[in-house]
Amino acid sequence: MSETTHDDTVAATAPVSPDEGLTPVELAAKYGLSVSGARPSLAEYVRQLWGRRHFILAFSQAKLTAQYSQAKLGQLWQVATPLLNAAVYFFIFGLLLGANRGIPSDVYVPFLVTGVFVFTFTQSSVLAGVRAISGNLGLVRALHFPRASLPVSFALQQLQQLLASMVVLVVIMLAFGIFPDLSWLLVVPALVLQFVFNTGLALIFARMGSKTPDLAQLMPFVLRTWMYASGVMFSIPAMLEGKDVPGWLADVLQWNPAAIYMDLVRFAMIDDYGSSYLPPHVWAFALGWALLTGVVGFVYFWKAEERYGRG
Amino acid sequence: MADDRTGARVPTVIADELHIVYRVNGAKSGKGSATAALSRILKRGEERGVRTVHAVRGVSFVAYRGEAIGLIGSNGSGKSTLLRAIAGLLPAEKGKVYTDGQPSLLGVNAALMNDLTGERNVILGGLAMGMSREEIKARYQEIVDFSGINEKGDFITLPMRTYSSGMAARLRFSIAAAKDHDVLMIDEALATGDRSFQKRSEARIRELRKHAGTVFLVSHNNKSIRDTCDRVLWLERGELRMDGPTDEVLKEYEKFTGK
Repeated sequence: MSETTHDDTVAATAPVSPDEGLTPVELAAKYGLSVSGARPSLAEYVRQLWGRRHFILAFSQAKLTAQYSQAKLGQLWQVATPLLNAAVYFFIFGLLLGANRGIPSDVYVPFLVTGVFVFTFTQSSVLAGVRAISGNLGLVRALHFPRASLPVSFALQQLQQLLASMVVLVVIMLAFGIFPDLSWLLVVPALVLQFVFNTGLALIFARMGSKTPDLAQLMPFVLRTWMYASGVMFSIPAMLEGKDVPGWLADVLQWNPAAIYMDLVRFAMIDDYGSSYLPPHVWAFALGWALLTGVVGFVYFWKAEERYGRG
Repeated sequence: MADDRTGARVPTVIADELHIVYRVNGAKSGKGSATAALSRILKRGEERGVRTVHAVRGVSFVAYRGEAIGLIGSNGSGKSTLLRAIAGLLPAEKGKVYTDGQPSLLGVNAALMNDLTGERNVILGGLAMGMSREEIKARYQEIVDFSGINEKGDFITLPMRTYSSGMAARLRFSIAAAKDHDVLMIDEALATGDRSFQKRSEARIRELRKHAGTVFLVSHNNKSIRDTCDRVLWLERGELRMDGPTDEVLKEYEKFTGK
């Protein structure tokens, strides 16, 4: 008996019942059991995700707080980090390299700082997205929740980080004699669209990162290239002026989503950065990028829902 | 056919030829150097640098409502993996698990953050388990009192990293045990902490069992299996070696382990 084979065990314990002889599939169907860990329909998935909204928010806030909880200055770093970042870029690009071609010099610092903050928003959402699943396997293997909660939560954490940065930005604007007016309200739709765009990207990279964790090593380089190509520290039209570049390249640079969201926030806040700096149809592109990336990202992520958690 | 008793045997979990395979990156060959990794990538044929661990091999069983099932087997025999697969947390390589409702693992460790206060972790853990904010608010005091964290001063407002390991384990258990489940799965070594807390948590597990339809318990403690389970699955190397009433299986298992 000590070497009981598999078949013996089944025979020994199977109850004498009307269910005798049913295959597991038939038995499951008879009692209405469902496959454990199966992927819900898209509508059901959206509903589940909405049901977890409190968890998503609490998780993002917890991550944000935990980030600086060991530091002596504590949550002050939420504001100090972007400020120091901006100072470094100003030192290199403003003072050493003089990248402020084509931009009125009294506007350059607000221009640069806005660009850095807005790009960092997208950049850190992507980086957090890559690790959203692969870095939280313990959580994924222990509890039930729609897995999209994680990338969405990380994107939300970056949004809250950005709002802290915006406080710094307002102070810098005031210091450079740029005062609030009605056009500042345009920042809200611009950032909402960017948030949708970022969430979509985070979802896409969360799925890719769960399959290939190596992306976490590669993405910083891709993102840095993207940053330099998006005109964070220079004006794209001014930089291209008088250079012999093909027209399509100029279009790609200007209509790339990062450049568009940066330009919209700059346009909203800085009076001297008028519509002449913006490419045509800029709001349509901002909306298009957000919807396209958001929807594609969500569906792409959902498609692999039942497979997250495998090592 | 006329057997009345069988009419009451409603299956809650059905495992059908279940196979679980883990893939481990970067665990191939002893040398961990960059050149070794490169040569692995360049070598065609075998899957690059990926090792597979076949943790569960073709396990089938049917669990019924009202049963308390113990899972036994030596370390690494696939017990915890099988639990996770039943809960739908680990995708199956082959075969399927059918369940009635959502089975849940008892445990929220992974959702808690050491840098946050105990207070915030209670809320975060509760939300992660799918409780609503109102439910958590209603049970908050109960959870804190059960953990006994505040017996030695106001510790619940301090970050969890300042807790002793026993205190942290007590809080984690208290959060995890705050919710009722349809199909409940309990992994061993839950009853941590000092003697008085162990007693309290055992009582709580019994209470949870009463509310749950089916209970799975993983443990190396044959006594606690005897006390709580009426059926035992014995796993060895990922295969179901025996499935039957507790006494029978435990007798064979004790013979096998040479106790």
